[in-house]
Amino acid sequence: MNFLYAAYAATWAIHIAYLITLVRRYSRLKQEVDELNKKKN
Amino acid sequence: MKKTFPILGLLTAALLSYALYEAVVVAPREQTMGDVQRIFYYHVPSAWTAFLLFFINFVASVQYLVRRNPPADKIANWVVIAIGVLTCVGGYVIKPLPQGMYPSSVATTGLAIVGIYFLIRKYFSDQETDILALTTAEVGVVFCTVVLVTGPLWARPVWGIWWTWDVRLTSTLVLWLIYVSYLVLRRFSTSGQTPVLAAALAVFGALDVPLVYFSIWFFRTQHPQPVIGGGGSIDPRMLHVLLINWLAFLCFAFLVCWSRYRLERLQRDVEETLALEALLEPRSNVR
Repeated sequence: MNFLYAAYAATWAIHIAYLITLVRRYSRLKQEVDELNKKKN
Repeated sequence: MKKTFPILGLLTAALLSYALYEAVVVAPREQTMGDVQRIFYYHVPSAWTAFLLFFINFVASVQYLVRRNPPADKIANWVVIAIGVLTCVGGYVIKPLPQGMYPSSVATTGLAIVGIYFLIRKYFSDQETDILALTTAEVGVVFCTVVLVTGPLWARPVWGIWWTWDVRLTSTLVLWLIYVSYLVLRRFSTSGQTPVLAAALAVFGALDVPLVYFSIWFFRTQHPQPVIGGGGSIDPRMLHVLLINWLAFLCFAFLVCWSRYRLERLQRDVEETLALEALLEPRSNVR
């Protein structure tokens, strides 16, 4: 049963880690867009 | 459009929770392996999803390459139609097919090849095929990582070893390495030719996908036989749970790809704007 829990936990850990990198990339990009908008105004 | 994503996200979360419940509680306990067999409900759908994403990456890469050359584009269309027809007909004509491979599954593969190729051709522009290729490679690597992690966690209690260098396992590891190198190339190469080089690498990398999939038919391997369109057999209740989990992971992969695709498009728009700004800046400022 431990191996089963380990496999399911590892699966979600991998997916969540990837989703976190996506969110971080989004926020960095949003910052860049905000800076561009400020420059325009 | 703004509401569609959260609604689909909620539905996918509900489907994933239901699929997890089915895998842990509803699916019958396998007699020889016990509960550890339930790893299969995450391992196999992740592998199928990774293969599908790598296949889309392959098609998008081919289109990115051929669309730059109109005669090659026309030839590619006819080649794809020919592959589709030959695969469909071949499934029923070639006798004998490898043990456990059904004509209907071969024909379905042929139709899927043609369908995916022309769908991408119709709905994605030249630059968009490049973004699609990058997106599917990245998400495919994530799913392939899941396969490579959950496989040894199943093998240790069942085979008594974490890993063995047999064809199925090794070719999967090679597939993962190819797509990781594809992503490294795209991330660190600054040349204007990067998308073309990456597309060429993806076309060669995709050749490993059929090798991984069919290795259990053509080589002696320790890996179990496939349960659909293959020689393995499965309890119908287990198959039901497996398909629900695959559907849930497909929906999840679609949403992740969608987010990554939008992110990449936005990133390119920002880069384009910055480049234009730099060009339009007065020369005195540049000095």
